[in-house]
Amino acid sequence: MKNDPVDVLIIGAGASGAAIAWSLADTKMHILCLDQGGWMNPAEYPSTGRDWEAKFYGEWSSSPNIRKRPEDYPINDDNSPIKVVNFNAVGGSTVMYTAHWPRLHPSDFKVRTLDGVADDWPIDYDALTPFFEENDRMMGTSGLSGDPLSPLSHPPMPPQPLGLSGPMIGKAMNELGWHWWPSDTTVATTDYEGRARCINLGHCTPACAQGAKSSTDITYWPHAIRAGVEVKTHCRVREILTNEHGMASGVVYYDKDGVEQFQPAEVVIVACNGVGTPRLLLNSVSGKFPNGLANSSGLVGKNLMFHPYAQIYGYVAEPTDSNRAPPTCLWSKEWYDTDLSRGFVRGYGVQFVRGAGPVFEAVSSEQKGILPWGKDHHRVFRKLNGHRLGFSAICEDLPEEHNRVTLDPVRKDSHGIPAPRIDYTISENSRKMMDHALARGREVLEAGGATDLCVNAPIPWGGWHLLGTARMGTDPARSVVNEWGRSHDVKNLFIVDGSIFVTSGGVNPTSTIQALALYIADQMKQRLANLFD
Amino acid sequence: MSENKQLTAAQRADLRTVAAMIVPASEEYKVPGADDAVIQADMLATLGRDTALVAQALDHLAQLAGKPLAELDEARRDTVALEFRSRGAAAATLVRVVLQCYYRDDRVLRSLGLELRAPFPKGYVLPDGDWSLLDPVKARGGTLRGAT
Repeated sequence: MKNDPVDVLIIGAGASGAAIAWSLADTKMHILCLDQGGWMNPAEYPSTGRDWEAKFYGEWSSSPNIRKRPEDYPINDDNSPIKVVNFNAVGGSTVMYTAHWPRLHPSDFKVRTLDGVADDWPIDYDALTPFFEENDRMMGTSGLSGDPLSPLSHPPMPPQPLGLSGPMIGKAMNELGWHWWPSDTTVATTDYEGRARCINLGHCTPACAQGAKSSTDITYWPHAIRAGVEVKTHCRVREILTNEHGMASGVVYYDKDGVEQFQPAEVVIVACNGVGTPRLLLNSVSGKFPNGLANSSGLVGKNLMFHPYAQIYGYVAEPTDSNRAPPTCLWSKEWYDTDLSRGFVRGYGVQFVRGAGPVFEAVSSEQKGILPWGKDHHRVFRKLNGHRLGFSAICEDLPEEHNRVTLDPVRKDSHGIPAPRIDYTISENSRKMMDHALARGREVLEAGGATDLCVNAPIPWGGWHLLGTARMGTDPARSVVNEWGRSHDVKNLFIVDGSIFVTSGGVNPTSTIQALALYIADQMKQRLANLFD
Repeated sequence: MSENKQLTAAQRADLRTVAAMIVPASEEYKVPGADDAVIQADMLATLGRDTALVAQALDHLAQLAGKPLAELDEARRDTVALEFRSRGAAAATLVRVVLQCYYRDDRVLRSLGLELRAPFPKGYVLPDGDWSLLDPVKARGGTLRGAT
């Protein structure tokens, strides 16, 4: 079936797809977004039920391979110590994230110049500054302006309370003379733009029934739809087609009834994340593009960066916030910048963790061997439960071509579309960085009086940040898209998600992903008259 | 729930036994063991997608024990448990199922001093905390690394 053509077709309604849809809406072009997922119903979110923690191990798992919702596609990550986690719905993985909201630093855009590794970005921090600010207003951020070691931000809402856990961390960091600061987050601490303030429902990651955590289904999308953007849900795109001129002509997708459809479009924007985007491009093979679309450089799918997490946690005598607060409220940039005396290049950000709920505490502690079976179980559990304090380092992952997304020769999704396969190893540089972080984390926790320390390095199901697999650059031989997100090969094809990152920085990337999407939208609007030149 | 019926009577008996080995009843804390009938019923009713792995774990346990777990003496049971715990995803799933049902039981939560409710809509109240702790950080300052 052939649909009426649209001016702009966006594939993916997550963090970046929503931002660019909203920004382009003021052009009054006919904009359509297709998403393989649907609209979420907050009344069904885990925190509305007594069995909220059990759901994390099943239908609300962060891993699509465990979750197996109809909207999910399988990912073969057997050959990776870090497993991919994501969420597929309108809102994408902003439905299921911790809402931690640092930005890349100015120095992150000039890694080659400053540290002689990887590559510089083709744009700098200043180019993104107005879009960071615009995005913070749209997503609704909370935090405390003035962190001396972070880029200046202006969160419209005050920071989260320090709670019980925050002061413990602050005291320990002060004793050691190390930097810490209240995190910018997308958790509303006051009523904001129709969203109710946070009431501390617990772990923010698996969606917020209160709507206090910002996800694009409740931030950007209502605005974009009111401005005329159309969203079609449960539509899974199989491939992007091209015409005789080598331009994208539209996409083939399966609609909610499983019927194959063709959607013609003048412009195609891919916003499917650092795994979904290369998967789609590699599945879009034709005579003119035998190695996949936009892949003349051979770099589609390569340079996958995850951010290996080095996590250490322990138990203090006093009660911590446990599951009665958003999980993260403080960060540290003490070890963010390169100091070669540490034995590695680049650095890591730290997010402190407030605690865990009783089921998670029991399950993880039993697995770590610190919660015994038998008679002593009850005594030990009471010592652990509600007393956890954690330190998680987000280690900058440098781009390496052998870390990659390809198409799995066997596995397919429910529509028969080849699934992505991940091949990834943690580099020696990252290993040294993780070791350094664990040693610092140990010092912090011990200064805070914590005992029974446990380590996850890497956090196995910690592949939240999917970056680098369609990198931006000015050289078509060394990059997939140009400095404003347009494919070097296909002049009406744009990519706006984390796959265009050149390097990863040492912070959660969603703020920067969305600022980039808004920046690309702005570039497109400025060039509408000659967009394809 | 047809999936629940996939556990045989022998498997259900071993599940009860191993559950009590993981979390026995305690007079001191006034809590039931994980072999309690209500908690066992919760496990069986909510096994769902975990059924196959739990059944696999129980089969492995039975193989190690050579007979129903309950018939082993305590020392032998502990040896079997030690070996069982070292074996992969199925064992981990079984233990997780036991713990996730145990730690949502009303009697257990009450004993831990936790409220018997979902987090939403009441939520929780957090103390604001001592913000003067940030003063030393502000005083120390610092310089954000530039791009040149």
